[in-house]
Amino acid sequence: MSSELWPELLPEAPEAIELWEEGPPREPGAKPRTGPPAPGQIKLTLQIRRYDRERREEAWWEEHSVNMEPTDRLLDALHEVKWYHDGTLALRRSCAHGVCGSDAMLINGRNALACKVLVKDVAPRVTVEPIRGLPVLKDLIVDMEPFFAGYRRILPYLINEEQPPDRERRQAPEERERYDDTTKCILCAACTTSCPIFWGDGEYIGPAAIVNAHRFIFDSRDEGARERLDILSDRTGVFRCRTTFNCTEACPRGIKVTKAIQEVKRAIMFERL
Amino acid sequence: METFTHDIVIVGGGAAGLRAAIAAAEISDALSIALVSKVYPMRSHTVSAEGGAGAALGPDDSPDLHAFDTIRGSDYLADQDAVQAFVAEAPEEIIQLERWGCPWNREPDGRIAVRTFGGMSVKRTAFAADKTGFHLLHTLFQTSLKYDRIVAYDEFFVTKLLVENGRCAGVAAIDLRDSEIRCFAAKAVILCMGGLGRIFAFTTNGAICTGDGMALAYRAGVPLKDMEFVQYHPTGLPGTGILMTEASRGEGGYLVNNEGRRFLEDYIPSKMELGPRDILSRAIIQEIEKGHAFEGPYGHYVHLDVRHLGEKIIDEKLPFVRELAEKFVGIDPVHEPIPVRPVVHYMMGGIDTDIVGQTRLPGLYAAGEAACVSINGANRLGSNSLTDCLVFGARVGRAAAEAGLEVTMSAENPLAQMAEEEERRLSVTYLEKTGGRERVAAIRRDLQHTMERGVGVFRTEESLKAGVEEVRTLHDRYRDLALDDRDRAFNTELVAALELENMLEVAATVVGAALERRESRGSHTRRDYPERDDDRYLKHSLAFSTPDGPRIDYSDVAITRWPPAERKY
Repeated sequence: MSSELWPELLPEAPEAIELWEEGPPREPGAKPRTGPPAPGQIKLTLQIRRYDRERREEAWWEEHSVNMEPTDRLLDALHEVKWYHDGTLALRRSCAHGVCGSDAMLINGRNALACKVLVKDVAPRVTVEPIRGLPVLKDLIVDMEPFFAGYRRILPYLINEEQPPDRERRQAPEERERYDDTTKCILCAACTTSCPIFWGDGEYIGPAAIVNAHRFIFDSRDEGARERLDILSDRTGVFRCRTTFNCTEACPRGIKVTKAIQEVKRAIMFERL
Repeated sequence: METFTHDIVIVGGGAAGLRAAIAAAEISDALSIALVSKVYPMRSHTVSAEGGAGAALGPDDSPDLHAFDTIRGSDYLADQDAVQAFVAEAPEEIIQLERWGCPWNREPDGRIAVRTFGGMSVKRTAFAADKTGFHLLHTLFQTSLKYDRIVAYDEFFVTKLLVENGRCAGVAAIDLRDSEIRCFAAKAVILCMGGLGRIFAFTTNGAICTGDGMALAYRAGVPLKDMEFVQYHPTGLPGTGILMTEASRGEGGYLVNNEGRRFLEDYIPSKMELGPRDILSRAIIQEIEKGHAFEGPYGHYVHLDVRHLGEKIIDEKLPFVRELAEKFVGIDPVHEPIPVRPVVHYMMGGIDTDIVGQTRLPGLYAAGEAACVSINGANRLGSNSLTDCLVFGARVGRAAAEAGLEVTMSAENPLAQMAEEEERRLSVTYLEKTGGRERVAAIRRDLQHTMERGVGVFRTEESLKAGVEEVRTLHDRYRDLALDDRDRAFNTELVAALELENMLEVAATVVGAALERRESRGSHTRRDYPERDDDRYLKHSLAFSTPDGPRIDYSDVAITRWPPAERKY
């Protein structure tokens, strides 16, 4: 992976970690689980970028060390911090195995799902920050509304006004294969929030929305391609893409995002003319 | 107090909730429907369902055969009228999903492909790779966006049903953005809030599966039905509990013990790996007890071997199994067998409803895993749960919409007052509480281990009595809870505390109902009562909330065409 693509995203390696001086209120019997790692465990130090406007105006860095199994997920380590060190830490999570899309974060400077990063792959130290380009609401939780607004704009549902047959519409396995890759999007926003155009420009609809448009445009059952291509050909659409491939590298489902964007560009340039 | 008024409030945005919302929206464009969920709909646990959705679609299949398989699988505890409705409407639901764009796998001639599943006598499981739940959920979510009259309230955590004059007329919910309570007023409330797997330490269920809907209904006086029936899926990854789909056996995978032998020939030779989940889970535990299992850092396990299927089939039909095994246990199933052990997967029981999803509290409905209609009885067959969400989601959406059109809206004032009381309760009990020595994580961990010990695959009077006592002690400890987080914005610790309260509530019904059922049926296996006892227990259990814990009562099973018989394979 080329680091030039990520100039702003190199780990900031905060020089002076500012700790929460007094710590949150804590009662007896609620002590963090510390001490040396048990046999087989390893120690992981997390530097977490915190933000809580009810406590401070600015974001701050906080450091926690936890003992984990090497094959634990980074999400497990964040849970260890939350449940045994500091209950105020806020993050989203649900399925914990890479399919619900809740826990995209900036991990060591790159977007990934915390549930698909293993402790052994980042130990002994890891930085964890919220994904970029969306307003931070608290700690690792960002406002997803602008992201979903882009998704909704591309009409993310099957459009076909014909009277459907009594049974299913037939679709050949090859036709099904044509849009298979872009059905895999979990709406985690890892791609869109790794895109420098998206950061710099509040208007660009972003890669995830285009991926989801692609999913329908290339589905043999769908008749809304023209409408979606119109939407994506305006100034907020696909031609903002500068092909930096950040999105493809960031996608935790391995979708060829940039390729999908290129296919949509080509559909606009050639097929509708 | 901010009040949102809608004709129908649906709580939960998984498959059942979304299907209900669309069904209600299609009844009348005059209806306004709120879809309230603690997570964005596509984060709901439906997303983790892998194998497929069962329906009699093929020319060699029939609804009657599907019904018989389901009833036999349920160990004759399913309500047969409900099963008949279910199998009759299942094919149309799968086809409806196709019309909405679900990317089902296809046969070479373009029809929806079906695969083999455990306990099903023919191929009847429609699938979309091995991420069927994901695709089904996204298709429903996408389709719901077509309807302006479905209004989403994402990241709202419902804490109380608002009952006025004996009728459920709304809910109180925390808006997670500011932890303020909002009041939702409605003519009908539908709970589609999923299962409770997280009351166990080792589960396939996501962090959000905390029995919230069941606890809400239970506190409001609605009984929870058949809560002793907890499904252990035979094949979860040790450590994380991540599911290795039954489709891996449906496609031809083997279960093998440490002697390299397909041990199921000793237990269910006629079906082998395609036996129902309860029987296979028991077989694996018995192999462990006989010393025929492997031992690893996360306990004993057996092997799931798919190597003989070859890389092409694995990549085409089971890509997610390969991805998960490689990522989380470092094993490539193309070259090595996968370590697996039984893992808590599904709650057959739930909120007692009739066959359109109505509860005995007027205005309150339920569907999906949170509900118990019951088509699953004492053991659910794999691939019936997604279809259950579709069929009964649609039924409950239509029923609530039709009923809602005839109800006049409750005056908002009493509801807002109830919601204000709820706001005060949360402040006093959690956010402004001083003192307290217990933490959410400690009580939750102890609960999870209590449930593993007390209501595992095999149960005894002793283990269950201990479980009842321990859950009661945990309830007492809960009163001494203290939170670190006193903030308003995204107070996820407050949510965890409220989820824990729900978990304790439903856990008490699970151990209570299991203690009282002194027989073995389906997933409920008593070492001290190894036989099924139709004379005493061909009945649904009903757990009612009382100040002293659950009171267990019973109701009859609906038998229409299939007289209870020995469950033979």
